[in-house]
Amino acid sequence: MGRKLLLEHINEPGIQSFEVYRQKGGYASVEKALKTMTPDAVMEEVKKSGLRGRGGAGFPAGMKWSFIDKKSDKPRYLVCNADESEPGTFKDRYLMEHIPHILIEGMITSSYALGAKTSFIYIRGEYMYIVRILEKAIDEAYAKGFLGKNILGTDYSLDLYVHPGAGAYICGEETALLESLEGKRGNPRLKPPFPAVAGLYACPTVVNNVETIAAVVPIINQGGEEYAKIGIGKSTGTKLISASGHINKPGVYEIELGLPVEEFIYSEEYCGGIWKGRKLKAVVAGGSSVPILPTDLILKTAKGEPRLMTYESLSDGGFVSGTMLGSGGFIVMDETTNIVKNLYTFSRFYHHESCGQCSPCREGTAWLEKILHRLLHGQGKKKDIDILVDAAKKIEGNTICPLGDAAAWPVASAIRHFRKEFEEEAAGLPAERNLELATH
Amino acid sequence: MTENNTIAFSPDTLAVAKKIIARYPEDQQKSALIPILHLAQAEFNGWLSPEAMDYVASILNIKPIEVYEVVTFYSMFNTKPVGKCLLEVCQTSSCWLRGSNEIIDHLKKKLNIGVGETTADGMFTLKTVECLGSCGTAPMLQCGADFHENLTIEKVDSLLEKLRSKNERSTYLKSLNVNG
Amino acid sequence: MAKVTIDGIEIEVPDGTTILNAARQIGGEVVPPAMCYYTSLKETGGKCRVCLVKVTQGSAKDPRPMPKLVASCRTPVADGMVVQNITSPDVLEARKGVVEFLLLNHPLDCPICDQAGECDLQDLSYEHGTEGTRTEFERRTFDKIDIGDKIKLHMTRCILCYRCVFVADQLTPERVHGVLNRGDRSEISTYIEKAVDNDFSGNMIDVCPVGALTDRTFRFKSRVWFTKPMDAHRNCSKCCGKVVLWMKGNEVLRVTGRKDRYGEVKEFICNECRFEHKNPADWTIEGPRHINRHSVISQNHYEKIDLQNLKREVERQIVFQKGRQLPEASPNS
Repeated sequence: MGRKLLLEHINEPGIQSFEVYRQKGGYASVEKALKTMTPDAVMEEVKKSGLRGRGGAGFPAGMKWSFIDKKSDKPRYLVCNADESEPGTFKDRYLMEHIPHILIEGMITSSYALGAKTSFIYIRGEYMYIVRILEKAIDEAYAKGFLGKNILGTDYSLDLYVHPGAGAYICGEETALLESLEGKRGNPRLKPPFPAVAGLYACPTVVNNVETIAAVVPIINQGGEEYAKIGIGKSTGTKLISASGHINKPGVYEIELGLPVEEFIYSEEYCGGIWKGRKLKAVVAGGSSVPILPTDLILKTAKGEPRLMTYESLSDGGFVSGTMLGSGGFIVMDETTNIVKNLYTFSRFYHHESCGQCSPCREGTAWLEKILHRLLHGQGKKKDIDILVDAAKKIEGNTICPLGDAAAWPVASAIRHFRKEFEEEAAGLPAERNLELATH
Repeated sequence: MTENNTIAFSPDTLAVAKKIIARYPEDQQKSALIPILHLAQAEFNGWLSPEAMDYVASILNIKPIEVYEVVTFYSMFNTKPVGKCLLEVCQTSSCWLRGSNEIIDHLKKKLNIGVGETTADGMFTLKTVECLGSCGTAPMLQCGADFHENLTIEKVDSLLEKLRSKNERSTYLKSLNVNG
Repeated sequence: MAKVTIDGIEIEVPDGTTILNAARQIGGEVVPPAMCYYTSLKETGGKCRVCLVKVTQGSAKDPRPMPKLVASCRTPVADGMVVQNITSPDVLEARKGVVEFLLLNHPLDCPICDQAGECDLQDLSYEHGTEGTRTEFERRTFDKIDIGDKIKLHMTRCILCYRCVFVADQLTPERVHGVLNRGDRSEISTYIEKAVDNDFSGNMIDVCPVGALTDRTFRFKSRVWFTKPMDAHRNCSKCCGKVVLWMKGNEVLRVTGRKDRYGEVKEFICNECRFEHKNPADWTIEGPRHINRHSVISQNHYEKIDLQNLKREVERQIVFQKGRQLPEASPNS
């Protein structure tokens, strides 16, 4: 059994409530930080922990915090990114629904470290029922003196609000999220300036993923160095993995970084193997944006070493033979899966979610979807495959925000590893294989 | 501008709206736009007419175009009337891998409508949506604030029955309980 | 001040200058094209991506290259920065891609478009595009609408540069139009059909790089290359009164602001000057307007060669051609 830092008490009856959460040691990090540590000391522990952003990019959280402009006389903000929308990812929802107080606790401790007096949790609008859960938890925290004026009798005060979005994947991009929080369209901003200098209301702002903020709780409780002992190299601590697709036990699992991918897929503790006794065909390991890998490359690197659940091991081999840990959205496909169709659902998604601000993404994502649609409807042409590769290449790296890359990588990788299937589609197929899609 | 509007929040909703506005700095009231649009959509029969949007603009003291721009950007806001129950079926990868297409097909047959259409009795509107973060419990559909997960044909049938007998408008906001 | 090298040509510019504007100070081929950036409108730029360039050295202090191509219109220079525009195959390839993306849904019917001859997209495709198209899909279309009695909006031609939105935000008292919907369904609209009606709305026409916003008082009266542009001015209480009259014989067919060589109006004009004064007697005519010799509009216009200018151009070419030999193509391309 791996250690559980975030989900340790997940099965405790009533853990959603303040009382039970507190009995289980909840809010200790707030007490420790506010009463015995300076904000800088809290930040220092997060740096020592080696915690990396859990939203997908994997940027060191402590370093991100240290960029916040402390010379500015404007208020500082901490905004929690709960706009979890990356296909295959549902860990933040699970955490907020079942242990809402760990997020509230993490928000208080982190806001203290950053010197924020007002903080927001920006949550995707579709999770509206969780807004209620979080607001209830926040009410409890106010009532118990963990939020509001002079928390625990110290001179630190904090207000915390939940702010719902209204359906837009792009708002998971931190500057689009800030635009949305300001009541605008979720168009990503041009950078620089970065949010640490000019974020919400042009004030210094840090935007962190739900899981990142929750991880601050065990880091402060046990110290950054202890946290860093878990994991391998620069992949420290535990990570929530959202497992879905053709497995026996879909769900959210907290793993110690470093777990072999093979163990994660096949052991009873985690995914429990491929459903219906079938064989594994491919895995998208870190949410829809990351490159898809066929069985041989997801279980072992190109060098033949076992692939591990770490940032480094998953990206071993670059995009030629590797992928990324991303958000930890682990989508498993069995041997019957039509890779082209699966890709089509991704491309349709990115087309639907492109904000439309910059031309390569606005036009390119639509083009990718249309070509895949044509391929799947027996109207494909051989040149379509090359156009897909070329168009993806011309979107990648040339857009305002990473959505362009996110739309391009799945296309490039699916064709790289499963080109034959695309050629079969282009050559025309038995009608029944496509009936299912043709109806939409 | 408001005198021509026949549309307005109930006193209770207006009080909630004011509470939401108060969360944000004084010169940043526009921040409350999306939460208030959710209130408006819930209060004004599940969609946002130009009148409803103009009303929201007047509450926040912003230009109507700023509201139109936002409403048309986000997929949860309806700019046309929808049925009492809006069935939003996820169709992205993880749901597709576990049979969302069969669910969509079944709903189309059962309700005798296409995607984007509303049943003749105005009860159901069928919509396909992109990933709702329910991949581990796929396939799924959202109706109002509720996630209906691990769907099977049988589960869908009993859900339709239940919704029909309840005969209530689905809404993302279940109760107007706002802290702050 | 910052010293920056663009395609081998060094120039010193004030701190904070963007790469694009530094390149414009050099002039000629090293100037990246720009479809959405507009100097006199704050916050424009960064969207169309045609001005992407490669920064091979960030600055003298931090010589690391920038990891991705950057939008030259929004990226400020740093002392010691080295930039590649047309000397980078990566940039040319990316630009070709952007042009293709912009044309995926843009109608290829220049012969019946009123903007033909003065269309930035037409010039862009000519210079950076490819022959033929790889798409066979039906193009996105919208109905033409009149936004007021003076402006025609043909959304089908729009490339979503947002310039007209910034005009409305920055020059007019109340913006009533904006960008609606999302992604490739985005459109410029007033949502509920509304007239855009204020003293400076006509500038939306001048800033539009394509034929999406056109002057209803001029539409289809004449091909622009059959008109003679004349600089003119009048005393106006609302604006600078400095305009270009587009004349045919003694008739004023159209009045616009004065665009510089990059198609930008520096001094915006009011609707009265633009729409209400079509009588030549209302204007003090200064003389023929200089038009770039390479443009379609310059057809039928003959100008005396400016020897000084020619000399400068030749010298610049020599430096440029020298610089062009320097950088090597990146190994991946």
